[in-house]
Amino acid sequence: MSTSHVLDQKSKTAGYEADGSLASAANSVYETKQLNLWYGANHALKNIELDIKENEVTAIIGPSGCGKSTYLKTLNRMVELVPSVKTSGQILYRGRNIFDGDYGVEELRTRVGMVFQKPNPFPKSIYDNIAYGPRIHGIKNKKILDEIVEKSLRGAAIWDEVKDRLTENAYSISGGQQQRICIARALAIEPDVILMDEPTSALDPISTLKIEELVQELKKDYSIIIVTHNMQQAARISDRTAFFLNGEVIEYDKTDTIFSNPTDKRTEDYISGRFG
Amino acid sequence: MRYIEHDTVVRRMNGRMVVNTIFKSLFLLATLAALMALVILMYQIVTQGISHLSFSFLTNFASRFPDQAGIKAALIGSIWLMAVVAPTSIILGVGSALYLEEYAKQNRITTFIRMNISNLAGVPSIVFGLLGLTIFVRALALGNSILAAGFTMSLLILPVIIVASQEAIRSVPGELRDASYGMGATKWQTITKIILPAAIPGILTGSILALSRAIGETAPLIVIGVPVIIQFLPAGVMDTFTALPMQIYDWSSRPQPEFQQVAAAGIIVLMVVLLLMNSVAVIIRNKFEKRY
Ligand SMILES: Nc1ncnc2c1ncn2[C@@H]1O[C@H](COP(=O)(O)OP(=O)(O)O)[C@@H](O)[C@H]1O
Ligand SMILES: [Mg+2]
Repeated sequence: MSTSHVLDQKSKTAGYEADGSLASAANSVYETKQLNLWYGANHALKNIELDIKENEVTAIIGPSGCGKSTYLKTLNRMVELVPSVKTSGQILYRGRNIFDGDYGVEELRTRVGMVFQKPNPFPKSIYDNIAYGPRIHGIKNKKILDEIVEKSLRGAAIWDEVKDRLTENAYSISGGQQQRICIARALAIEPDVILMDEPTSALDPISTLKIEELVQELKKDYSIIIVTHNMQQAARISDRTAFFLNGEVIEYDKTDTIFSNPTDKRTEDYISGRFG
Repeated sequence: MRYIEHDTVVRRMNGRMVVNTIFKSLFLLATLAALMALVILMYQIVTQGISHLSFSFLTNFASRFPDQAGIKAALIGSIWLMAVVAPTSIILGVGSALYLEEYAKQNRITTFIRMNISNLAGVPSIVFGLLGLTIFVRALALGNSILAAGFTMSLLILPVIIVASQEAIRSVPGELRDASYGMGATKWQTITKIILPAAIPGILTGSILALSRAIGETAPLIVIGVPVIIQFLPAGVMDTFTALPMQIYDWSSRPQPEFQQVAAAGIIVLMVVLLLMNSVAVIIRNKFEKRY
């Protein structure tokens, strides 16, 4: 059994659904339709329409509080951990509505990994951090776990730095390294999509650069959605950019277009630094 | 125009310094008074009891003759009691805390329950004794057994364990939960693999402190009808027994002055047990020091 099929999920998520119907657009990972979200009375996402393409980096930009994190956390339904949240509309992941009653959040989250703003390794060894995901999904074989750990750490470009200290606590390494451990931990469940919420905002410039390079590398195998408040970063690493403002998508297009020739005045104002 | 007149400030400075010194001395005095009381108490007990403290004091049963009186039955009885109280109260307490923190919806009912758990921690121990008498001794017909006393003591310290565990669970950073749920872990996996390991030092420290309260409690045992003079060791949890504070209470209420020394020796034993338990709590706290 090769490690790339340990969790055997990519093969299930191709263009056709289990019932044989054709999934809507072949190269869309996510199709968001008329999505609304409320925190209690606070209408945080308004009629979001957004298609996320396969093997691309999609950047979400916008001023603080405009709903970027909320949208990202809706894509793997982490937002539902907030008790007051209500949603309406649809998000199709590979053609299937993630809000369907019989869609298990655990299943969704094994296909959609997440990297958070602040590095949040578990207070365990580096090895146990990476092996956590495979273990909770039932992999016990030590040899397979070893392979997954190595593959994930290589995938996150941190294998050489930590290969001799796998048993050390993950808090003994630098913040930038911790964030790459968190990326490796997300890779270990062999996801289809990786969500990143301002993954470099707590890091120094060199670590930031490493993670940006890593994202470029990862998009060959994964679809990546990255929230960033750093517009240069969005311009550097993303293929498409969505500009959010007050819970609405103002503009969504190829990154080049957004940055060189935006349609909406508000987009132009934001990217030229007039507000935000 | 200036608002701060520096000359006036300097003139008033003396008064402020005096007030400062007065309060500093007052607080120091308060601390010293408490410390003095403790030192006097310890000094009295140790000087009284040390002469009676010997190996045979630990291995003898109670006796009419002060020089033969020993604490064996009470010491072993207290250990039996703890063997019932520790698992019962920790399992129930941690379970309740997990339910309240991780599972229960945040609504009026859970707020009400939470508030009342804190209130229960302040209910006098004799009331728990009466509760134990009604439920365990009579209704469940457990008599004055170790089990009945153990369950009663568990109820008594349960609120403290729940509150301590809730606090320990709440102090586990939310980011760790997010990371676990974000990988598709279920609630139960997140609790057993992430939350409990991170919360265990706090839970154990709180539980041991609660247990050391239970080992020193007398009132509930008196209400339940735990005997004092026992010339055998319990063979199981359904047997009757006696405990350290009961034995000490009995000795100190006897007329012969020699028994005051025996009581003091008993207190030393109880305090050593307490000290051991508290050291374990400190060791646990230091050993599992949080690293995040
Ligand atoms: N847990 C929460 N509970 C209630 N309101 C929230 C919560 N998280 C975010 N919000 C609100 O939702 C809106 C969008 O927030 P967020 O998605 O965090 O914005 P961004 O990531 O773009 O800075 C804000 O008005 C914020 O106050
Ligand atoms: Mg945010």
